[in-house]
Amino acid sequence: MRKSDAFLTLSAVLLLLLGASFADAARGLVREEPALERKAEMVGRLGLTDLVLFTEARYTRHPSQADLHSAFQDHPFAMDHFPTGSLLPPPILKGRP
Amino acid sequence: MRVWLNKQRNLLDFSLSSLSRRRGKTLGMLTVYTSIVFVLASVMLFSHAIRREAATVLAKSPEVLVQRMVAGRHDLIPARHLDAIRGVRGVQSAEGRLWGYLFDPAAAANYTLMVPTNPRIEPGKVVIGDGVVRVRNADPGDLMSFRAHDGSLVQFKVDHAISRESALVSADLFLVAEEDFRRLFGIPAGMFTDLAVSVRNPREVGKIAEKIDAALPDTRIVLRDEILRTYESVFDWREGMLLVLLAGSILAFAIFSWEKASGLSAEERREIGILKAVGWETGDVILLKMLEGLVVSLSAFLVGYLLAYAHVFHLGAGLFEPVLKGWAVLYPKYRLTPFVDELQVATLFFFTVFPYTVATVVPIWRAAIVDPDQVMR
Amino acid sequence: MIHLSDVRKAFNQGKANEFWALKGIDLSVRAGKVTVFRGPSGSGKTTLLTLVGCLARPTSGRVRLRDRDISGLPERFLTDIRRSTFGFVFQQFNLLKGISAVENVMIPAYPLGRDRNELSERAHALMASLDIAAKAHSNAEWLSGGEAQRVAIARALINDPEVVIADEPTANLDSERSRQFLGIVETLKASGKTVLMTSHDPLVCDTAVVDHVVSLRDGQLVESR
Repeated sequence: MRKSDAFLTLSAVLLLLLGASFADAARGLVREEPALERKAEMVGRLGLTDLVLFTEARYTRHPSQADLHSAFQDHPFAMDHFPTGSLLPPPILKGRP
Repeated sequence: MRVWLNKQRNLLDFSLSSLSRRRGKTLGMLTVYTSIVFVLASVMLFSHAIRREAATVLAKSPEVLVQRMVAGRHDLIPARHLDAIRGVRGVQSAEGRLWGYLFDPAAAANYTLMVPTNPRIEPGKVVIGDGVVRVRNADPGDLMSFRAHDGSLVQFKVDHAISRESALVSADLFLVAEEDFRRLFGIPAGMFTDLAVSVRNPREVGKIAEKIDAALPDTRIVLRDEILRTYESVFDWREGMLLVLLAGSILAFAIFSWEKASGLSAEERREIGILKAVGWETGDVILLKMLEGLVVSLSAFLVGYLLAYAHVFHLGAGLFEPVLKGWAVLYPKYRLTPFVDELQVATLFFFTVFPYTVATVVPIWRAAIVDPDQVMR
Repeated sequence: MIHLSDVRKAFNQGKANEFWALKGIDLSVRAGKVTVFRGPSGSGKTTLLTLVGCLARPTSGRVRLRDRDISGLPERFLTDIRRSTFGFVFQQFNLLKGISAVENVMIPAYPLGRDRNELSERAHALMASLDIAAKAHSNAEWLSGGEAQRVAIARALINDPEVVIADEPTANLDSERSRQFLGIVETLKASGKTVLMTSHDPLVCDTAVVDHVVSLRDGQLVESR
């Protein structure tokens, strides 16, 4: 077999897999649709405000509810102690008075 | 056309030969390149899926939340504020919420305690999230006891667990009755954690928030919009750790690939001379090197992306666990909904394949325009 | 076939180490003949070969291939002419290491976009005619000097050029192998190829197959027969 044929075949297979990954994503989206709805329903029923991504500190467990100063914890110059703190932006507030 | 095609295939053959000649170098390059694409694509897929999931799921969270602030800290809010809020025009309903955190010494984990109003939990019972089930090994009917604020023991009987499917919003939940909540923390009746407000016309939310703010100066108001926007930008490229990690590896890779791709050895220079002397045009030499770069970068992109896809959507993004977990003990096990943005994938393709190919060609260009007679000297 | 008139070639022109390798050469190379450029090292014979073979352009003077002045052509056209008209056998053979002999032979034909099977057949046939078919799949660096040279000759012939140019073809060979090489030259000449060589080897210059010997010294023609 020619080297170029081997490479082109391999690339074609990989491209096919890439296409398959998109198809898999589309299928997964359809499959997860009811589950997403159930989750949204639960959020509405319990009045949840945040995702359970980081459970280590209150301002990372509920970033949208954290008060503006909680990132400082006990002192305005305190270093962010929790690793996941650096994965989150500060809460984004509208320019209200 | 046929000739053109034959030429490309011949050159591709030869570039594959050249690459296999430097097997160690090529394989090393491919490995590093693939892992970079893998990490980048994993972060990209993961954060996009989280953002979309948050936008879908949190669309039902409370429209307006009113918190009381005391000396820069979140404090309990008295029930009388409810009346003030209900008096604002446009407010449909307002109710007090009770929630907080509970540290469980037995598991060394923090739970999110909440008092649901619909349906209410019977006193003495608890409904727990999947994460709590896992850290405590709890089954329905098990007893869990905690020390209350005054040292007395409060006991809960596990009623049932929330299904794992919703772990992304519920893993650490610990749903209890209002009486139990107040007893556990000593919160007097008439005090709430915060107030949830729903409005009649969603377009008036901003106006109503302003009015509440004016009526209750000691409060801070969080809108659903703001919650959604907080998650829109979660895992943004600016987020510290991700950025530092990625910047470091990308920079290292940039240096590595630049060194590998651009550092023309005397041997390679000689080969280019030979190719030109036997009748190759400058364009042919550049095409050859471009094909070499393309073979490496295309393979690395495809393999890296496919691995990342499997990692994030089929293997639970296990490699991110230590980063996302931080110091926490309770880590939610969830399967992400495969939201994939094709445009993002295309961008990733462009930013990984294109620069490398260019980095290979630039020095070749310089070498390829030298006179072919140097091989005779 | 190839005519040179008042050809001069300078290296490092305009710098302190400026060096004139050729100082005005007038010469005609006839088609279908074997011509040898003879001279001590530094006499300019290799430089002359690069000019004739379109590997380089003269600093001044004219090089005509048939009736076409090629001394002023841009690189692209020179490459085109070089590819279709000349086949080169370098002194160091200049085979690419790490790939097989037969692939080395095929390299000059790759950019022409010829069919791979046809090309491979032709390469094998050429190697068979040069008695190195057995080494076709050996890597280039495993070949002996004589074998490497024959691979280089096969490579020079793959595009079926009119002119074969060999730089010091016998410099790295013993007398036996040199005689074999001259045998190959004879078959090339018989098949109508023009052969151009540089050499200071008397074995080459005094062979019957050689039609013309051009002697050079210090960049100038001293004798032509």
